[in-house]
Amino acid sequence: MNYRINQLDKLENQSIFIIREAYSQFRNVAMLWSIGKDSTTLLWLVRKAFFGLIPFPVLHIDTTYKFKEIYDFRDKYTKEWDLNLVVAKNQEAISKEIGPDKGKFRCCNELKTVALKKAIAKHGFKALYLGIRRDEHGIRAKERFFSPRDEDFEWDYKNQPPELWDQYKTKAAEEEHLRVHPLLGWREIDIWEYIKRENIPVVDLYFAKNGKRYRSIGCETCCMPVDSDSDTIDKVVEELKVSKISERSGRAQDKEDDYMMQKLRSLGYM
Amino acid sequence: MDVLSFVIVGHVDHGKSTLIGRLLYDTDSLPPDKIEDVQKASAEAGRETEFAFLLDHLEEERKQGITIDTTQVFFKTDTRRYVIIDAPGHVEFVKNMITGASQAEAAVLIIDVAEGVKEQTKRHSYMLSLLGLRQVVVVLNKMDLVDFSQERFDIVTRDVADWLKSISIDPTFYIPISAIKGDNIARKSENMPWYTGRTFLESLHTLQNRQSPEDKPLLMPIQDVYKIGGKRISVGRVESGIIEKGAEVKILPMGRITKINSIEKYLEETNKAIASECIGITTTDSVFLDRGNVVCLPGAEPVLTYRIPANIFWMTKHDFRKDRKLTIRCATQETICKVESIDKRIDSSTLAVIAENSDKIRNLEVAEVIIKTKKPVAIKDFNDVQELGRFVLVQNENICAGGIITDIS
Repeated sequence: MNYRINQLDKLENQSIFIIREAYSQFRNVAMLWSIGKDSTTLLWLVRKAFFGLIPFPVLHIDTTYKFKEIYDFRDKYTKEWDLNLVVAKNQEAISKEIGPDKGKFRCCNELKTVALKKAIAKHGFKALYLGIRRDEHGIRAKERFFSPRDEDFEWDYKNQPPELWDQYKTKAAEEEHLRVHPLLGWREIDIWEYIKRENIPVVDLYFAKNGKRYRSIGCETCCMPVDSDSDTIDKVVEELKVSKISERSGRAQDKEDDYMMQKLRSLGYM
Repeated sequence: MDVLSFVIVGHVDHGKSTLIGRLLYDTDSLPPDKIEDVQKASAEAGRETEFAFLLDHLEEERKQGITIDTTQVFFKTDTRRYVIIDAPGHVEFVKNMITGASQAEAAVLIIDVAEGVKEQTKRHSYMLSLLGLRQVVVVLNKMDLVDFSQERFDIVTRDVADWLKSISIDPTFYIPISAIKGDNIARKSENMPWYTGRTFLESLHTLQNRQSPEDKPLLMPIQDVYKIGGKRISVGRVESGIIEKGAEVKILPMGRITKINSIEKYLEETNKAIASECIGITTTDSVFLDRGNVVCLPGAEPVLTYRIPANIFWMTKHDFRKDRKLTIRCATQETICKVESIDKRIDSSTLAVIAENSDKIRNLEVAEVIIKTKKPVAIKDFNDVQELGRFVLVQNENICAGGIITDIS
């Protein structure tokens, strides 16, 4: 054999296989793009899976609390990659001035989960691609590649469907939609090594300025930067090889209450 | 660096999650904030540091002290990276155990040395055998509860070995450990001078990766067909062998022979692809390929049949009745089917034959069946090319059984 399949190739192939399986089954799908490194990597893989012409919308759930850099990046690459971008907001909650000061659980639930519910109701998507990974959080480690949600958006984590040999759940009548997770098997460092190999553009916030950088980004109000001097992709990869700090240590949702992530997710959070 | 995935199976409470937690802790694989989280949650639950909490993240799991669903965690040594798949040991969650095991290349069977071989010890190891996971390390846990007795270790080891032999599993190691105290996990135990073999961590280094069947004849099941810029590109994953531009290929089930005009990957120029690669192809003549077609080499075709002899394991609470229609999915092939005969029903925890020539199958049973399909299906012997030698059965959009094909002639 004159070439070998390495670990990043394996992950890429697995993700592309899953992306194509879901599209083959559902057709009426969308992908969630938070503009972070994971969902931007997912977007890259989706472009590969469909030879550059993504046959479905890319959905941005906009809480209006995102970093300015995120909005700039979104608009730039929507044009450059010719994306069918759909921006979804929970306008009702925004006009009621719901924000993190009214409680983080309520804010995440209203501005993300409810906004997502409204978007699905409006567009009738049967499945959604999400860029979550097992190594991000103990609850996400329990996910399936294809994960059903019922009409109330609930995740029945105590009774998940079996999933073997790349045979995935198909949609039953009582299920509202399926979540499809092509990046479940990737680790944080795999994402960065792949970004480096493929030259995938990412938001500047991930690179250190004045001794700080973000390892995980979301709303400006609920993300804390970590101490770091990594101002290039190479340095980020090196940092992650030795770092013992968890990736989401700067994310407020994971901190407030031991089971906040479980509660948010069982209600339909990403 | 290579990555190896292994699953930990065994009876409920024999210490699967604790073993993983201890392994991560002793190999310095845990972020300090995770250790703090676990210490805090353990204290709130009124317990000493509970390593199992590292994996048992659901509130219900921590409160009841059991694993409900399978979890995957990552860890690495100087030489290799590992994906550890934790599987629940309770009989209620066998389908989650199978989900976990189906994604592994090797398995660790854990047994509480004080309790010995129990129901799920047998059922889980039998499932490993059915799933083709023959690379197994056995650990005898809770040696601290039997005063690190060599005699007790020898007795239980003999029992386990007898059982495993009956299901064609020949483990590479039997290791006495105490997951809770850390004996023979990452460090050699001082409490068992009579044991001179490998630690658990050392045993992991001997496990081998499963090789993609590149050296077998070409098989590429079609996933979908896209129209891109006037071209019809058929996409799929090469499951075995090699596909090359210009090669003459046969399309099943129709039997048409054509040639590969191009191998398509986005922004890449390539003339060939090997097993495990996801690609697109175009053909020289206008053959209309469709999902479920299988591309192979003329003269090296898989068996094309309407009758599939198989071992299936039923994993839903509803009994199966023979007259009921099912859907069979084998790679990307899908068709309606019926079970023509249920030749034998087997208790998966004892191997006892429950019935012959039966008309139903119950949850957790293994059955020898003949499946009759509406459309022809291309199959291989599981021991030759796994990807076309295994299938699932679907009822009301739910996967209700898995099947293995080992007897085609």
